[in-house]
Amino acid sequence: MKYILPALRYKLFMTLLLGLLYPLLMTAIAKVIFPRQASGEFISRGGQVVGAKLIAQKFERPEYFWARPSAVDYNPLPSGGSNLGQASQDLKKAFDERVAKLKAAHADQTGEPPQDLLFASGSGLDPHISPEAARYQIGRVANARNKGKNLSIDQLQKLVDASTEPRQLGFFGESVVNVLALNLALDKMQGIETAPVFIPPPPASAGSNSSGSPLTNNPESK
Amino acid sequence: MQTNEYAQFIIFLILLIALTPLLGRFMAKVFQGEKTFLTKPLGWLEHLTYKVSGIDPKEEMTWKSYLSGFLVFHLIGIVILMIFQMTQAWLPYNPQNLPNVSWHSAFNTAVSFITNTNWQGYSGEVTMSYLTQMAALTVQNFLSAACGIAVAIAITRGIARRNALTIGNFWVDTTRATVYILLPVSIVFTLVLVDQGIVQTLAPYVDVITLEGAKQSIALGPVASQVAIKMFGTNGGGFFNANAAHPFENPTAVSNFLQMLSIFAIGAALTYTYGIMTKARRHGWVIFGTMLALFVSLTSVSLYSEYTHNPVFNLSGIMEGKESRFGVFNSVFFSSITTSASCGAVNAMHASLSPLSGGVAMVNMMLGEIIFGGVGAGLYGMLLFVLLTVFIAGLMVGRTPEYMGKKIEAKEMTMIILAILAPCAAILLGTAISIVSPVALPSLSAKGPHGFSEMLYAFTSAAANNGSAFAGINANTVYINLILSLVMLIGRFAIIAPVLAVAGSLAQKKYSPPSSGTFETDTGIFAVLLVGVILIIGALTFLPGLSLGPIVEHLMMLKGQTF
Repeated sequence: MKYILPALRYKLFMTLLLGLLYPLLMTAIAKVIFPRQASGEFISRGGQVVGAKLIAQKFERPEYFWARPSAVDYNPLPSGGSNLGQASQDLKKAFDERVAKLKAAHADQTGEPPQDLLFASGSGLDPHISPEAARYQIGRVANARNKGKNLSIDQLQKLVDASTEPRQLGFFGESVVNVLALNLALDKMQGIETAPVFIPPPPASAGSNSSGSPLTNNPESK
Repeated sequence: MQTNEYAQFIIFLILLIALTPLLGRFMAKVFQGEKTFLTKPLGWLEHLTYKVSGIDPKEEMTWKSYLSGFLVFHLIGIVILMIFQMTQAWLPYNPQNLPNVSWHSAFNTAVSFITNTNWQGYSGEVTMSYLTQMAALTVQNFLSAACGIAVAIAITRGIARRNALTIGNFWVDTTRATVYILLPVSIVFTLVLVDQGIVQTLAPYVDVITLEGAKQSIALGPVASQVAIKMFGTNGGGFFNANAAHPFENPTAVSNFLQMLSIFAIGAALTYTYGIMTKARRHGWVIFGTMLALFVSLTSVSLYSEYTHNPVFNLSGIMEGKESRFGVFNSVFFSSITTSASCGAVNAMHASLSPLSGGVAMVNMMLGEIIFGGVGAGLYGMLLFVLLTVFIAGLMVGRTPEYMGKKIEAKEMTMIILAILAPCAAILLGTAISIVSPVALPSLSAKGPHGFSEMLYAFTSAAANNGSAFAGINANTVYINLILSLVMLIGRFAIIAPVLAVAGSLAQKKYSPPSSGTFETDTGIFAVLLVGVILIIGALTFLPGLSLGPIVEHLMMLKGQTF
């Protein structure tokens, strides 16, 4: 019993120290030393914020490189994965649909689609794809972009190579390509530098969704 | 596995082994009240804490006083955490105008963060205001970790002291752990993490228009300062729902590697601290080696399973629930570390791991979170098994068991067995009741053995104070929130109370010097026996449960069966 008052005072003091002073001070310091990273690395084009470098967004038009499937349909509120097991019928069904869709869209490719394009990421916001997944899409992107404008497969190969981030320090993690950065560079190469315009989504009844939204379930996670 | 993956594994182990004596020696100094390089810059903060709180740092506590300080502090913590969550709509730093949290979710979260579990029935970015994240959750990340370290130091003193009635001062141990260890490492780590790309801002969420013309609202927050202590304190509660898979919470392979290392750092170093404070350094290394051997073996099983060919998809190394920047290796490696260490942060969705990898994650927790374990909790959990091993070895040769010159008697053994069996009972009974309960079953999202695994994993995670999940389960219901709160409380207090009782009882004993018949505890043979005892208890208790979940799922999957 004699500890109740000290415990309360201790807890309140620690709340001030660790709950306000510490995070607020770190916010202030981070803002000075690392202003770009601390605020989320948002990218603007033509005066409009078009995304955050580290957060995936939905690409489904043929003239863009596509990101990995997302169990939350690229909506960060909240983030999450499908949580489907590796022997799940639902996952198998989504997988088969994705294979079929990718093969239909990439008639120039003879091999199987790269794995990362067939499975949803953990966060639903994975900003990267593997270099193989980027190369797999080159033919389709070139084809879609060539209507009227000149863009060779070769130029796209070079762009993908230039956008490939190697393993950190040579061996940490995996080599990846940032999809948003790649698509922005691609637009820029063709002189597209205007702000995107908001297009209201079509009514929800319109058939099946490309991202595999049946996979969205209660994202209860930790 | 490729060369660079072996390289990451080996570099991780080398750094862990190198860090252990450095940090371990420093912590021993801190808790023995000796001067360190931080005494000058931070000493004033320690003394200010005592003054403001009205604490007498010179007071020595019996185990009962130590426990009552611990309990009172936790009770007050639960109340304050609930108040923050249930009033956040009216408080500042809430740019998204998030509403107050429901009572049962607030209670579950309060218990979860008090007990260092950090199970999350909620999704951070759509539930908690910035103020709740900082002033309620971040604070408790520090304090639950500090309390765990304090208990480990208390039992260390109980073993080291002779003919003594007291085991230290709870407030002093907690304060020192916070001021000299957790706060400084968190400050440094926060800045490293921001450099890698973790956000640290109070700005509201940003609405963007994507290149294809869709609207996207991007969540932000004071994330880095919370992630730093979430890892070093083995808390594991994510700022965002996707936890360390979220690009703003773990943006690069380097941030991922450092987060993995920080999960183990303090837990591993405490074995060295223990060796110094009990003047048995070799024994400290034997404990470290036992933990390391268990970690390497179980992680290898997990990696092997994940790289095994999956006939359902005709692929191996399935990327579902994993992030590209981490790949298969770093996702599985992280899953094994976070479950060994009672951290519970995840950088890949555990439910989407291969069945046996998910099973290894469960085994890591079921063994009692003693593979480095939660900060403090790993050491005192392991000491329970050490004492049990000494006791069994003593029975085998027909001598009174002794540990560090202290006789281990019926009184201590009763407490030890209670502490070992309580979380096991909570896991098995909780799962058994819930898996047939019509109230709980709608929470499951998967069919077949995977659904059973979701439930088993939830109770295992709660009892082990881990906090990770097979996250398909809908945990934010009144029933699950309340029963898991109860299990988390059992997992924390039904271990800590007996541990402190053992500490008090051992402190009082007199020392008898080792004789030729004393069983040596600083040898490889002891480590082998210790591993044997840990595995036998774990296997006997949990093999039937695991067979119904991950094992049967694995066997069926190999035949191409889906559920």
